[in-house]
Amino acid sequence: MSDMQVQDPDLDEVGEGSLQDKREGNAFLVGLLSIAAAIAVPLLLFLGLKFTLDVFSGLPDLVTAVIAILVGVVGIFFVYTAVDRGIDRLPPRFGERIRPYAWCGPAVVLLTLFLIYPAFNVIQLSFTDAFGESYVGWDNYVYVFTDEAMLRSLRNTLLWVIVVPVAAVAIGLGFAVLADKLKRLESFSKSLIFLPMAISFVGASIVWRFVYSFRIEGSGEQIGILNGIWTAFGNSPVAWLDQVPWNNFFLMVIMIWLQTGFAMVILSAAIKGVPEDILEAARIDGANEIQVFWRVVVPNIMSSIVVVLTTMIIGVLKIFDIVWVMTGGQRGTEVIAERMIRNMFTFRHFGRGAAIAVFMFVAVIPVMYINVRRFREEESMR
Amino acid sequence: MSATQAPVTDTKKEKGLKGSGGNVTSSGSTNVVRVIVLGIVLVWLVPAVGLLLTSLRERGQIEANGWWTVFANPIDFGWTLENYSQVLTSGGFDTAFVNTLVVSVPATVMPITIAAFAAYAFSWMEFKGRYTLFVLVVALLVVPLHVALIPILRLYAGGPTFGIPFTDLVINIPLQLNGTFLGIWLAHTGFGLPLAIYLLRNYIGSLPSELIESARIDGADHYSIFTRLIVPLSVPALASFAIFQFLWVFNDYLVAFVFLGNSVENRVLTIALAALNGSQGQAWHLLTAGAFVSMILPMVVFFSLQRYFVRGMTAGAVKG
Repeated sequence: MSDMQVQDPDLDEVGEGSLQDKREGNAFLVGLLSIAAAIAVPLLLFLGLKFTLDVFSGLPDLVTAVIAILVGVVGIFFVYTAVDRGIDRLPPRFGERIRPYAWCGPAVVLLTLFLIYPAFNVIQLSFTDAFGESYVGWDNYVYVFTDEAMLRSLRNTLLWVIVVPVAAVAIGLGFAVLADKLKRLESFSKSLIFLPMAISFVGASIVWRFVYSFRIEGSGEQIGILNGIWTAFGNSPVAWLDQVPWNNFFLMVIMIWLQTGFAMVILSAAIKGVPEDILEAARIDGANEIQVFWRVVVPNIMSSIVVVLTTMIIGVLKIFDIVWVMTGGQRGTEVIAERMIRNMFTFRHFGRGAAIAVFMFVAVIPVMYINVRRFREEESMR
Repeated sequence: MSATQAPVTDTKKEKGLKGSGGNVTSSGSTNVVRVIVLGIVLVWLVPAVGLLLTSLRERGQIEANGWWTVFANPIDFGWTLENYSQVLTSGGFDTAFVNTLVVSVPATVMPITIAAFAAYAFSWMEFKGRYTLFVLVVALLVVPLHVALIPILRLYAGGPTFGIPFTDLVINIPLQLNGTFLGIWLAHTGFGLPLAIYLLRNYIGSLPSELIESARIDGADHYSIFTRLIVPLSVPALASFAIFQFLWVFNDYLVAFVFLGNSVENRVLTIALAALNGSQGQAWHLLTAGAFVSMILPMVVFFSLQRYFVRGMTAGAVKG
């Protein structure tokens, strides 16, 4: 009876083409084919769409769009299918190793092209001049931290980042608690608070420009409701958006109006998730509603509050549309995203615009780190 | 042996009070809460109501007095649809509306399709680098798209340029994608992929593995499992992302501003509205109507499909 020893195949000395070499050769081929499969979808998509648009360029946009959708969706599916069938034809051991890359590869390629490559490129650009060509060292960063308008934008953005999330969470949480006590009106009233989330920032800016509308005293009645109310109390009308530095807060109101619905929805769900027995126990112990809220409910939903706050902080950091449309960044209302676009298009200084973009990137790295870490913890528990 | 008193908690649970369940609310204090809630809702809606009413008002009246006089004097308000017809025709908002749809729909369906395939691979296929790549996706969730604007703008303007190492040769693929719909579709697809992959992977990964395993035992390959099992089951997640992405792209200003531009033929609603605001800032009859035109579709979509939208948001809406 011979010993059936399990030998490590890599140790097999079978002359020149050892299994180890063969494996490396295989891996290389697998890698190559995987990359090819991954690139196939985006490339064919791009070529297909470009071809379609060029051929059909004479037709009205709507028709072109419909065709593009068909090519885009049906076409994408078709290419994935074709690649998958192609993989079916390969020897199974190869094919099965390539297949996952063919499926997730296109996404990775697009992510690399539109997010990863630009992230590196913009860092590089931040050290160049206005045209993104010659190297200028740290000049652009000096600009970011010393230019008067930039400093104002940094201060303002910081204010936005503190005021808007806190206010939205406070109002959202308060409203969620109140609405929770109603039965029939609850979902209706929550929908209405949530409604502004469907509106674009530009649309909301028009809405609120109208609210803040100002007319010099004596040139007719006020048509903006805020001045309407203000003058009804016997005051002179105020040009709200011109009041430095309070105009920033009037702009922040718009964002709060837009985003409170988000906080409210998340926190409302969180409140409803608080176990009843804990609440009962607190009430039996004699706590009144306010104490129940602060000492039982809030600690219980703290993780949701943190998620809402971080999400909003990141969103507010990028605030651009509101400032751009309402005041164009004038009268002391600059914010960093607005400064970036200002540098890109008005001042035409790509190097400085890139430096501001890098600043924004660096600002979110802590959150990125926390998210990744939280994800890894969750994954290890799966 | 005699029945003990009925537990108090049960009757309170029957009333369906959650969260605040168990506390003794007299109908009086519920009425107070009702009034406060309605009050807040009313104040909350005032700006939008003011806009809507003003958009239906003729120009002369808008400049004469405040829109709130409608309550005192509803008949002489100056009702008209003229503003809408003007902003839609000579204002060019009809073209802008179509353009916005032309941008939004492909920019929604393309990322979803690509992300669905990727999400399936991340959930149910074994391959090297799976974990690392997904960690990359998670990291990219918070990267602001502002980071990509200048590089992509330059890429679209001249096309990619590579130098071949060890030679003086430079290859340039001439592309002119700035101001084109194709350019903005691709940009939105790229920007929307992290969130799409994240949401869909979470959902697809949480589908019962027994389903998929029994399908594999029956001899199904990944492709048929994906198309016949996973995609139909994932409709709620697909719908949630679709609505979220559609609204986001429809309402977007920045990406359209950078990649599509201001040309009257190509511009989207947000750009058209901002341009109107810049050139005719006091033409409230046009601005209010234009704003409402830009808001009506998102509001309808939002109201009718709210449930999906909320679900998409609660699943971690961190949009880059």
